[in-house]
Order: sequence, then structure tokens, then C-alpha cells
Amino acid sequence: MANSTTVTLPAQTTGAALMRALKSFSLLRESWVGMFGAGLILFWILVAIFAPLLAPYEPNATVLPYQRPFWWAGVELAEGAPAFLLGTDHVGRDILSRIIYGSQTVLIYAPLATFCAYAVGILMGLAAGYYRGWVDDVLSRIADIILSFPVLVLYVIIIATFGASPVNIVVAIIFASSPGIMRIVRGLVLDLRNRDYVAAAQTRGESSWRIMLVEILPNARGPLIVDACLRLGYVIITIGVLGFLGLGMPPPDPDWGGMVNETRQIALAFPHMTLFPCIAISSLILGFNLLADGLREISLRD
Amino acid sequence: MLVFILKRIGFMLLTMIVVSVLLFLLLEIDVRGVATMVLGPYSSEEQRDIWLQQNGYFDPLYERYLRWLGAFVTGDLGESIRFKTPVAEILLPRLWNTAILGFWVFAVMIPVSLILGILAGMKEGSKLDRSISVTSIITTSVPEFASAVFLSTIFVFWWKLLPGTSSMADGFSFKELVLPVMVLVIYDFGYVARMTRASMAEVMTTHYIRTAVLKGLPYRKVILKHALRNALIAPFTVIMLQINWLLSGVIVVEFAFAYKGFGALLLEASLTSDIFMIEACAMVAVFVAVGTQTLADVGYTYLNPRIRFS
Repeated sequence: MANSTTVTLPAQTTGAALMRALKSFSLLRESWVGMFGAGLILFWILVAIFAPLLAPYEPNATVLPYQRPFWWAGVELAEGAPAFLLGTDHVGRDILSRIIYGSQTVLIYAPLATFCAYAVGILMGLAAGYYRGWVDDVLSRIADIILSFPVLVLYVIIIATFGASPVNIVVAIIFASSPGIMRIVRGLVLDLRNRDYVAAAQTRGESSWRIMLVEILPNARGPLIVDACLRLGYVIITIGVLGFLGLGMPPPDPDWGGMVNETRQIALAFPHMTLFPCIAISSLILGFNLLADGLREISLRD
Repeated sequence: MLVFILKRIGFMLLTMIVVSVLLFLLLEIDVRGVATMVLGPYSSEEQRDIWLQQNGYFDPLYERYLRWLGAFVTGDLGESIRFKTPVAEILLPRLWNTAILGFWVFAVMIPVSLILGILAGMKEGSKLDRSISVTSIITTSVPEFASAVFLSTIFVFWWKLLPGTSSMADGFSFKELVLPVMVLVIYDFGYVARMTRASMAEVMTTHYIRTAVLKGLPYRKVILKHALRNALIAPFTVIMLQINWLLSGVIVVEFAFAYKGFGALLLEASLTSDIFMIEACAMVAVFVAVGTQTLADVGYTYLNPRIRFS
């Protein structure tokens, strides 16, 4: 009997979770801000997936240097000359194609880094909030110390010491963001651990980690989803800023922040080279922040 | 209260010591690496050995750390590899420049964000509230380097109103300060405004505000005399903590506009492996960050009438 309940439980919870997800999605339709944010994110996801079909040129191919967009004021195209929607950069690469392919870079590494930071932060937060005592003290002090650092100072020192590579950037983001996630999870767990269902699970003799992961964590998901959206936006800013400072993804593969860094010296003569990558990154971040705002609005309504 | 302040200062010192240990381990555990950084990549093995011997780098790690810490506390920050002068000589003027930048950012940001936050929080859910909230979401979504690009394109490329770089080569100039200040204010004000809004909205739902309204006080007076004092406690903390954010922001903005400040110095030092400069800059950054955090905590406790120490 006991066996059969534990077997059917996961199926029930996934079914219920699916229903809830569908319900919150239909609720999202009531918040135009949230819908607009979701639309922006979806747009960039589609661009990243269909990049090979959408991009008119190879992202690293040199076509024609220093070309302004064909619609730019004062641009007159010679007969038969190629027209570039967003122009080309100082070595002649098509900016539109680089922005399209650059969306892949950011949409792979930002969610990856955020996901890993969440895995670390959730485990630390669960342990701190559930065990309390010295575990909590130690973890909270470590978090306090890391969070007292100005974030970018931390990133600059880590990346400058260990070198700029995708792995190091992801590791640096995990190191700098997981303490913040830990604090939020810890706060939620401190509240949830006194609920009856936790006491029931303890009486059933379930292991501590099972209680934390199966009983407590799912009930803390609401605030965490909103935070994850905001944090994703912030991680995208971080990746962009590191690229802009010359500490980002190694060239030549396109990276939005890196595109701005490469052309910033000539940006006052050719502003299109920096302008469009900046619009791209800002719109994606805006998408996540608006979605977070919409989700928060909905969660407050319930 | 005194115990609380001492505790906070104790924690501040502890944080600084832990950070200094981590920084020391990160940068100086590999002594050969230090010698290469100081003497350059083309120095010979023997030269590096002699230099390490002379500077006591073969001593045990804890001895080196304590010596380093001692020198650091007494103001001997070492010599910059790149500038070939004592670190302090470069660092102090750069810090001063950043302080000027930071002062103007706060001078603009605090009034703007407080006023917008109070206006939005006075009537939660109103049209004004929604539009202020959405505006602040939009401005915080644009990274500093992107708004630097946007503003430069508008004010420098199209309208030709402002200079594109702020290196202050011909002495101090306000014109060159405008764009860096604008970029930082645009990125930061949204957060403070939203915090003020939340705090104001919370105060507006309390009983004493309802009482004040019901006893027939004019709306203006309710806001100015009753609501503001309590509503501004939380933003005070947020503004102090904003200094921590500003330290990150100045790195980007000073790099973008070639402003000769502390953030640009830290970045240059990191990119050129100017090891003693990195150490000094990082310690200064952490000192400022932790110091303002301590001030924020103490100030919050002092301002909040609900917390009283007997």
C-alpha cells in the first residue's frame, strides 16, 4: 500500500505542476507587460534557433569593411553594390549576421550560468535554512563576504587572473550569484520548514534531503521563478559588460558586448557598429525584466 | 546600540581580513608568477630567483601574508609595475576623480529617484504609478555600456553638443562629466525609485495614515508630515548600498568615456597584471563597500523608531 502511493505520487505532482504552469501562462495573458516581455524573449530564442536560415552572411566572413546601413542618412548605394540592413564593421563582417549569431552565445551561456548558480544557491540555501545552527552561520557568513564585494570588481579580478574563456565566465557568475540565491532560498525555507506537511514528512521518517527537495523546494518556487527571470537579465548584462570590457568570450565568434568593444574607438564616426548590438542586448534584458514584473504582478493577485 | 555598532565594525574588519587573505592567495601564491609579472616575461630565471630572494618570497606563506598586511595597513602599498611609481601616488588622484563623479551621480539620482518613488507609491496602482514603474524597468534593462553608446550617438554624433570622451586632458570640465553622470543615473535611479515606491506604498496602507486622512488633514500634510519620515527609512539603506553598485558602474563608465578614475585604474591594472595595483584597488573597493554597508545598517537602526536599544 505504502509502495503504491509513492509510485503514483510523482505522476500526480507532475500532472498538477503542468496544470499550474498552464494556468499561470493563461494568467500571464492578463498582464500586457509580462506578455510583451515573453514576446521579446521568444523573438530572440527563435532568432537563435533559426540563425543559419536568417543570417545573410557567415558571422565571421569579411564582406566589405566600413559599410553603413543602406537606409542611413547620406548613404547612396552604387549600382549593383550589396546593401547591408545594419551595415558592416571595421573588418567587413555583416553586423546583422553577427547579431543573429551572437544571440546564440548569450542564450546558451546566460541560462547555463544562471541554472548552475541556482543549483549551488538552492543547495546551500536549503541546508542553511533547514539545518540552521552552525551550518547556517558558516554559509551565511560566506555569503555575506562574497556579497560585500562590488560585483564587477569581483568579475574583473577573477577573469583577469584566470583568463577570459566561456568556462571561466560561467564559473565566475556562479561564484558571484549563488550567495544571493542562497539568501532568498534560506529565507523561504525558514518560513516553510515549520509547516505541517514538513512535520508529517519528518514523522514518516523521510530523509532530510528528501524533505528539502521534495517537500520544501516545490513550495518555494513562486518567488524563485520571479527572481530567476530578473537574475537571467542580470547575467546577460554581466556577459555583455565583460565583453565590452574586453574580458568576454574570445574572438572571433560574435558576442554582443564584444562587438561594442571591438568598434568603440571608431564609434563616433561609425555609430551603427556599436548601436545595433546595444539595441539587441537591451531588448533581450528588457524581455526578462518585463516578464519578471508580469509574473510578480500575477503572483500578488492570487 | 554601542554593542551593535561595535559588532558591525567587528564584522567589517573580519570581512576585510578574509578578503585580504583570499586576494593574497589568488594573486601571490604562485611566486614565479609574481616575479614574471614584476620583471616582465623576458626576464631570465636567475633574475627572477634573485628578485624573489631579495624580496623574501621564499619565506613561508603566512609570514609573507602578515608582512604584506602590515605594510598595507601602514600605507605602503608597493610600487606599480606599469607606472614605476608608488601605488598610492597614482591611486589617490584617481580615487578623488571617482569621488567627484560619484558625488554628482548621487546629487542627481537621489532627488530624482525619491520624488518619482514617492509619487508612484502615494497611489499604488494608479496610472502614474504604472508608468513610473515601467519606465524604471526599461532604464534598468539597458546596461551602462549600451546607454553610453545610445547617449553618445545622440549627444555627440547627431547633436554635437557634448564631447565624446571625458579624459579631462585640459583640466576639469563640467561638460565632460555630463555623459558619465547621465549614464550612471539612468542605470541606477530605477532601483532606488522602486524601493522608495514599495516603502511608500506600504506606509500608505498603515493605520496612522488612515487616521490622519480621516481626521481631516489635508492630503499634502499627511504625505509630508506623516508618511515621508517612515517611508524614507528603507530608501536610506538602499541609497547607501547603491555605493557598492556604483563601484561596479564606474568601471564600465570610466572605461567607456576614458575618464581617469578609480574604476578605469582597476580595470587597466587587471588587464596589465599590475599586481600591487590590483591588490590596492581591490582592497579600497571592498573597504568602501563594506564601510557603506556598515553605515547603512547602523543608520537604519538609528532611524527606525521601531528598533530601540535599551
